[in-house]
Amino acid sequence: MKTLLLALRSLRNRRTTALLTISAIAISVALLLGVEKMRTAAREGFANTVSGVDLIVGARSGQLNLLLYSVFRVGDATANVSWQSYQKIARHPDVEWTIPISLGDSYRGFRVMGTTDQYFEHYRFAGERKMVFAAGRPFTDLYDAVIGADVAQQLGCKASSKIIIAHGLGNVSFAQHEDKPFTVVGVLERTGTPIDRTVHVGLEAITAIHIDWQSGMQALPGGRVSAEEARARDLTPESITAFMVGMRSKVMTFTMQRAINEYRQEPLLAIIPGVALTQLWNLVGIADTALMIVAAFVVLAGLLGMLTAILTSLNERRREMAILRSVGARPRHVFTLLVAETGMLASAGVAAGVAICYSLIFAGKPLLERRFGIFLDPGGLTGYDFAILGTIIVSALLIGVLPAWRAYRNTLSDGLTIRV
Amino acid sequence: MTDSTPALAIRARDLLFAWPGKALVIEIEQFSVARGERVFLRGPSGSGKSTLLGLLGGVLTPARGEVSLLGIEISALSASARDRFRGEHLGFIFQMFNLIPYLSVLENVLLPAGFSPARAARVGGDLQAEGRRLLAALGLGASDLLGRPVTELSIGQQQRVAAARALLGKPEIIVADEPTSSLDHDAREDFLQLLMSECRTQGSTLLFVSHDTSLGHLFDRVVSLGDLNRAGRT
Repeated sequence: MKTLLLALRSLRNRRTTALLTISAIAISVALLLGVEKMRTAAREGFANTVSGVDLIVGARSGQLNLLLYSVFRVGDATANVSWQSYQKIARHPDVEWTIPISLGDSYRGFRVMGTTDQYFEHYRFAGERKMVFAAGRPFTDLYDAVIGADVAQQLGCKASSKIIIAHGLGNVSFAQHEDKPFTVVGVLERTGTPIDRTVHVGLEAITAIHIDWQSGMQALPGGRVSAEEARARDLTPESITAFMVGMRSKVMTFTMQRAINEYRQEPLLAIIPGVALTQLWNLVGIADTALMIVAAFVVLAGLLGMLTAILTSLNERRREMAILRSVGARPRHVFTLLVAETGMLASAGVAAGVAICYSLIFAGKPLLERRFGIFLDPGGLTGYDFAILGTIIVSALLIGVLPAWRAYRNTLSDGLTIRV
Repeated sequence: MTDSTPALAIRARDLLFAWPGKALVIEIEQFSVARGERVFLRGPSGSGKSTLLGLLGGVLTPARGEVSLLGIEISALSASARDRFRGEHLGFIFQMFNLIPYLSVLENVLLPAGFSPARAARVGGDLQAEGRRLLAALGLGASDLLGRPVTELSIGQQQRVAAARALLGKPEIIVADEPTSSLDHDAREDFLQLLMSECRTQGSTLLFVSHDTSLGHLFDRVVSLGDLNRAGRT
């Protein structure tokens, strides 16, 4: 107890060095903890991209490919799913609902997705969250569109804006569906998922804008179908890109998945989104592991800085040690004194680091949500966080053994001789 | 373990010591100090003075021979037992820089009590009051001095604080290693008078080591380390 008090007084005497050491540790700890918090938030955000959907069905390709184009709007489908197959599965008694998806067009770089109002009804993200309209309503008319938050913000669109969809996916497309403009009728709240970057229209609208197109080209002016004429046609699509399935009973999910994968009329692939998301995260998650490793090395650098500071101070403190020895301190007191110092520096650094990290999270939370759709839940320190922080302090104490050992040796050889 | 003549405060016999890989620095056949005696040990630097104090303080162990303090053969004790013995029965005053810079004057004086419960117990009653009494007895009674950082004190004042610390808890033996060599002549005699009178009050034995023989006349006995130590003599 007495020794701890001495260690504290001694540190206070060298407060400039001590504060600098503590700052270095604090910053590194804040970084490590921040990376860990962001990592958790990113992982959760990622896993929460889609929920409430039991199966995603598309043409047979790869599990990740299907997930990427149907949920993340990345990449392209290799083939479509025929309307007949879709209808057959949608009417299956175990299936409660389906959300058809038709992709392929874009609006100024944002993907256009044809779907039905089932999408707004059943699609969930971040656990149980439903899409919410920041303005307007779902599409009702053939040429209505509902846009995500990023589309609205980046392109300055709002309800009642007119938009012209481009054929294909390029940012700059020469082929435009300019004869059939859409009216934005709804803007969605930010979700932090790819929904924010999507323009949603009715499934029939996709058929309608392509009604007079053949092999990627619009028919010559004579053969064209006007926007109004299209309304009178049968707009049932021949095929869709993919569809999502909600089962009446979750128990039937695997049976249905197998049935779809073994469907004979058409090569189809059914995936369970959760499984595919985990697989995808294992791929992209390497980046955040790398970030974590970098942060861990920064902490190590902070601890080595502390070691340097203490080792440097040892020589000028030999006198102090000899005085302590002369009044009855044993070598183990000297040892304890130095280990206690590292323990105090590291503990103060860790505490300050936690404070810095939380201040930054609270300060940056609104910005992260608004700009990046990352819902950073500061929460308390998790058991894992405590394990990390505990490891840092234990490492510091272990590192502290080195100067303590040096001082111990000095003490034994110096004895009561006060070297100046 | 118990010496046949406990009337001796310090007794060294057939003492041999050498630093690892170096020549012999201490070779003393016989050296003893009686209880309550005030002995002046004259030794120029390089005469093995620091090593001898290390041996007497129980920080170093002799290669051969024995060191007995107050009838206990400390050279036969374990290192931690010697540390405890030193904290309990010995008070040290060094040439300079005696004080822990980050502790106050009073905290420096009370330092031995923190490491030796026996010495704290011997004070009996209020430690702080005893610390103040000793400081006052050594001419540092001014209360504004006690809370001040020791680094603001003059060297003379620092040495008195060191003396008060060495005397706290009435240790039987006080070892002073050149405590006056950084003081001017008047302050030297002044300091020594105060130290000696306090030693007399407490009944402590005083071993005073210095190269400055001008103070020798104040002591019961003057011993020359050069005569005592046969090592290094050619």
